[in-house]
Amino acid sequence: MELKEKLVSSFMAFEDTVDVNSTIHDIRTEAIKTFEAEGFPSKRLEDWKYTSLNSVLKHDYSVFPKSENDIEFKDIKPYFSHDIDAYKIIFIDGKYASHLSQTTHDGLDVCLMSAALTKPKYKVIIDNYFNKIASKNGISSLNTAFSYEGAYINIPKNKVVDKPIQIIHFSTGNEAAVMLQPRNLIIVNENAHVQIIERHQSLTDNPVLTNSVTEIFANKRAIVDYYKIQNDRQNASLIDSTFINQKQESLAKVHTFALGGKLVRNNLEFYQNGERIDSTMKGITIIGDKQHVDHNTLVHHIEPNCESHQDYKGIFDDKATGVFNGKVVVEKLAQKTNAFQANNNILLSDKASINTKPQLEIFADDVKCSHGCTIGQLDESAMFYLRSRGIPEKEAKALLMFAFSNTVLDSVKIPELKDRITKIIAEKLGVSIGFDL
Amino acid sequence: MLKINNLHASIEDKAILKGINLEVKPGEVHAIMGPNGSGKSTLASVVAGKEEYEVTEGSILLEGEDIEELGAEERAHKGVFLSFQYPVEIPGVSVTNFMKTAINETRKAKGLEDMPAKDMLKMIREKSEMLEIDRKFLSRSLNEGFSGGEKKRNEIFQMAMLEPKLAILDETDSGLDIDALRIVSDGVNKLKSKDNAVIVITHYQRLLDYIVPDYVHVLLNGKIVKSGTKELAHELEAKGYDWIKEEVGA
Repeated sequence: MELKEKLVSSFMAFEDTVDVNSTIHDIRTEAIKTFEAEGFPSKRLEDWKYTSLNSVLKHDYSVFPKSENDIEFKDIKPYFSHDIDAYKIIFIDGKYASHLSQTTHDGLDVCLMSAALTKPKYKVIIDNYFNKIASKNGISSLNTAFSYEGAYINIPKNKVVDKPIQIIHFSTGNEAAVMLQPRNLIIVNENAHVQIIERHQSLTDNPVLTNSVTEIFANKRAIVDYYKIQNDRQNASLIDSTFINQKQESLAKVHTFALGGKLVRNNLEFYQNGERIDSTMKGITIIGDKQHVDHNTLVHHIEPNCESHQDYKGIFDDKATGVFNGKVVVEKLAQKTNAFQANNNILLSDKASINTKPQLEIFADDVKCSHGCTIGQLDESAMFYLRSRGIPEKEAKALLMFAFSNTVLDSVKIPELKDRITKIIAEKLGVSIGFDL
Repeated sequence: MLKINNLHASIEDKAILKGINLEVKPGEVHAIMGPNGSGKSTLASVVAGKEEYEVTEGSILLEGEDIEELGAEERAHKGVFLSFQYPVEIPGVSVTNFMKTAINETRKAKGLEDMPAKDMLKMIREKSEMLEIDRKFLSRSLNEGFSGGEKKRNEIFQMAMLEPKLAILDETDSGLDIDALRIVSDGVNKLKSKDNAVIVITHYQRLLDYIVPDYVHVLLNGKIVKSGTKELAHELEAKGYDWIKEEVGA
């Protein structure tokens, strides 16, 4: 059976296990119909022109992973940024792992989507926020149809969260192949601040396909600082869709570190519903082998006096392929918009490639919008300069790549996280030196 | 120290060096002069190990060892230093961390531990004071937005930090005003000892008033056509290169 048919036919059984009477029953039912009609995206769609899911859809994924697991902290310790004091919401094969987590209801809600979707006290919030900004396309609808578990975070007005929140989804590989549909809902109320780190991590080389959807609401003057670490194993693929709705004077930043995995597709969409909003998205992609990373961004400037900044750096080796598709829409009302977009790439091999496409749709006349993309090789004269000072070829290359990525690394506001990402990158580049640039 | 025998080098099949012979002993300062396009910078790059150039004939011996097959970093580890005519801008790498990496990689190649941070800072302080370099300058990105003079001063700062056996200064005087020229020359002179050697490549005699050479060589069309003492530099300054061209029939 094709994966699509398997998913559609599993839907009723799924709803049976959760709660047919829950408030979102209608939303789920509508969503599975959409998925049934549209299916998985194909290269015929403009937005998927350079990314084919064929190679990841061919596995016979288990849709309901078994819940038993005997994972202990020591097994997964390397994947935590454990030196960071943080709230933790940990999932293993899609199921909440309470023994590994540290959640709270004390002054803020850092807890589970399954609780938010089923408990009456969250009904109003779910009615107001759930599935309000997530795309209604086939792939996001698939997640909506199976939405049950994930992180639910609600930061009340004026609350500055004292430590970061880590959301980690592990897959154990206990089964031959598994498909996960995590669903996160994050509400940051007026004047509240929060830092969130999200990671998807497979523990074996069995195929994993994660189709994750996150909705983030940054209300008036809220500050959201979101970090995505994508450094998964060779057979793990991720479709990560994040939708951010911003109200006036809010500031939302998303950093995406795409450093591994078989196929990664990031859909990142910002909607600016208010004035003087700042939306920032930055990314570093460093991949090799036959890995594929696709960043598809959208900033929708709806009201006046807002800004958006995009800075994506990519380094591609071997036969790796990259895609950057950055769309900026400036509505007629959105005068004095300042939108900036940059995508710079280095190809280390003749067989690596990147398709980069800025897409600006501007309907206002008093705006500043700039975009630029570059594709190049490592600068030979810079290599000679570094080597002539005694820095060996490999280290010189790494130093130049760090320098190239530095505008993104530099804005990571959690020092321990910055160190950790620096280490991951150094490992990937095969150097032991940590460059504190 | 350095012995170059019948060195021929070309880039993209175009011959640039056509039989250079040069011997530099410890404690000596050699000046290489010559008009544009005569091969001066190529000679410097070939000795430092730039891979774009192909050595087609001859040899380069450093302390008796043929270094022709060595990469630029290995030559640096053995004590070769090139002060670039056009230092490369490297955004995102600070001067301090660049030096730290360079010194520790060189130590690693020699089987030594990293230099303790305290010693490193002390050395940076001493050497930057010697070259009258503002401390703020050291945390800036390497050569990015530096003036011509700042770039050259930074090159000599690196030389002071790395303490090479053989330093090749490629047109270090270009872009320097008279005060900067004095500071840079004083720095070079302080670094000179009986155990190391300096090759100064320049168009103008001006620099040689400050860094006084033991020998002056004239490079013309890829060959050293005339050698002499510092008086030769004065003669070149006064009369240009045409008389030499006539003399050697070039």
